[in-house]
Amino acid sequence: MTARDTVLGTIRRSLGVSGSESPRRQAVADRLGTHPAGLVPARGQVAPFERIALFIKMMELAAGTVDLVAEADDVPSTVAAFLRRHNLPMQVRRGDDRRLAALPWQREATLDVSTGVSDGGQLASVSHAFGAVAETGTLVLTSGADNPTTLNFLPDNHIVVVDAKDVAGDFETVWRKLRETYGAGIMPRTVNLITGPSRSADIEQTLILGAHGPRRLHVIIVGEP
Amino acid sequence: MTHVATSPRFKENAKAALADRELQNALKFVEVNFIARRREVVDRLPEFDALRDAARDIKNHTLAHLDLYLEAYEARVTAAGGQVHYAATAEDARQVVLGICRRLGAKTVTKGKSMIGEEIAINDFLEANSVQPIETDLGEYIVQLRGEIPSHIIAPAVHLTKAQVEAEFRRVHTHLPADRNLVEPTTLLTEARGVLREKFLAADVGITGANFLVAETGTSIIVTNEGNGDLTQTLPKAHIVLASIEKMVPTLEDVATLLRVLARSATGQDMSVYTTLSTGPRRADDPDGPGEYHVVILDNGRSAMVGSAFQDMLRCIRCGACMNHCPVYHAVGGHAYGWVYPGPMGAVLTPSLIGVDKAGHLPNASTFCGRCEEVCPVRIPLPRMMRAWREREFERHLSPATVRSGLAFWAAFARRPRLYGAATGIAMRLLALIGRGKGRFSWLPLASGWTRFRDFPSPQGATFQQQWRARRRSSE
Repeated sequence: MTARDTVLGTIRRSLGVSGSESPRRQAVADRLGTHPAGLVPARGQVAPFERIALFIKMMELAAGTVDLVAEADDVPSTVAAFLRRHNLPMQVRRGDDRRLAALPWQREATLDVSTGVSDGGQLASVSHAFGAVAETGTLVLTSGADNPTTLNFLPDNHIVVVDAKDVAGDFETVWRKLRETYGAGIMPRTVNLITGPSRSADIEQTLILGAHGPRRLHVIIVGEP
Repeated sequence: MTHVATSPRFKENAKAALADRELQNALKFVEVNFIARRREVVDRLPEFDALRDAARDIKNHTLAHLDLYLEAYEARVTAAGGQVHYAATAEDARQVVLGICRRLGAKTVTKGKSMIGEEIAINDFLEANSVQPIETDLGEYIVQLRGEIPSHIIAPAVHLTKAQVEAEFRRVHTHLPADRNLVEPTTLLTEARGVLREKFLAADVGITGANFLVAETGTSIIVTNEGNGDLTQTLPKAHIVLASIEKMVPTLEDVATLLRVLARSATGQDMSVYTTLSTGPRRADDPDGPGEYHVVILDNGRSAMVGSAFQDMLRCIRCGACMNHCPVYHAVGGHAYGWVYPGPMGAVLTPSLIGVDKAGHLPNASTFCGRCEEVCPVRIPLPRMMRAWREREFERHLSPATVRSGLAFWAAFARRPRLYGAATGIAMRLLALIGRGKGRFSWLPLASGWTRFRDFPSPQGATFQQQWRARRRSSE
């Protein structure tokens, strides 16, 4: 008997079931197929502009910083301004994301933009978010060549671009979009929900930013919701 | 090979903890910070209590269909290129992990925080088999350096003061200048970050725990604030997830509900900094991520809890709110409980996992104030289950002879109301007479356990029953 048989067998004995009862199988199939939403807090159920305001408020509460820009073409200068503000070298690393590739980086003559993963040698990275959640001020990033996961964690400064129209009120809206993009029951390898810069409170419960991940998280919201 | 439980010596452990100055200094923070931070975010979310009901219902539904959700989950993991390994016992789980490490020729293994890792004592086992495990959560790292186990399920080093952490870093990080300044907690964190960054980049295998396993998508989820779990699982050749059967959750929508109560209950945040959903290994066009993805699903006695008086304990999402609000935990800290899980949740879970014969003291170490149940995000009736353990302990004649004879004496007395009334009436009058001067006793025969630490108030002269009768008469 395999460990699998032992474990599932004991669970079934404890529950007094065989595993083949059709009402149980149906209940599970229904739940997985229809994935009904639970109680969604009213906090995120607001009009588009208030949603952006809520996202900014919650992100700042989590010690992240936010810039709003009118259009995507403003992103390179905003990135450059962020680097200058913190006395950082004018270098960023990004993935192959088409939206990021299409930006007029050449307008910032001193800014060196490289592409690829992070090996720990970069001080700043730029990612494009899949979306965001206003109720908690959370960014949603998906893995892949477009936005490699290492860029989210190894550089000291993480700059994340998100389209204002992709800022959702709640998590349920993001799950819906994931299913539309990747298919029902299918997920990208990694989905990172990020709410502020890295921190630890493990020494006398004193909150300190910059534990293992980025010390700064800067969000650039593009356009109108 | 598991941690040797010192739970049978709870009383001695507690005494030592109460006398430990540094521990008492460190514990002061628990009572203040955790409670206030949770209160603040909970007050900001009007739906919080309703979400707790919803979270409880999700867990109950999942446990009632656990076999089927596990099967659905496994199919999704396999479809995404990952591998599920069931482990009936801690030893099974250790062998699975070692097998993967050996096959990959792993020398070092980085670890994110995992209570299952503690439960199966994976670090000692890997080390004994020439694989070096490195804890990367700051608290876990400190505790590993000191050769301890965590004293809290989400704040492993909560029993230590800053000075103790500094002393440990000076002892171990000998490659750094001896005269460096480590006064600020920030410098301690920066030092650990530097040391561990190299370990992350060099590790062959990364092991994390899981807060949830999602049946709908075959996804494992970790929730951290430091980002150490993400570096642990992203950089090495293989990612091993250590989970137990009750981490199962049906859908992403259910995850949303549970996330809404988890961080608020745990650290008093609306959301932890990093919530990471992982599904399978690196894809064909992925430039980073682990080449292999394994999930070890541990049973270790849990399947027998399903359908028992202790099934509700399997709803636990390991937030730590029960211990943060527990007066016993505040007084003695986590190590006194003598095994991996401290506080009220440990007092219920530990007897299930290592036996009530070893852990019978834990459910007795409760004032039954009920705060743990009041704050539990999945509404586990912890006091009720502690009482159930006490009853089992009594039934199995595990309680000490003094307790049993004391209870027998009291029972005989209480079954004879006339005798009880007369005797307590005399005793109360007598005590009132003697204690008249100060209104309290600083010493009483047979009650030194109480009076050594605080005075015993002197009675008013009549028993409750006598006063009750008198009031009834006067109101008639």
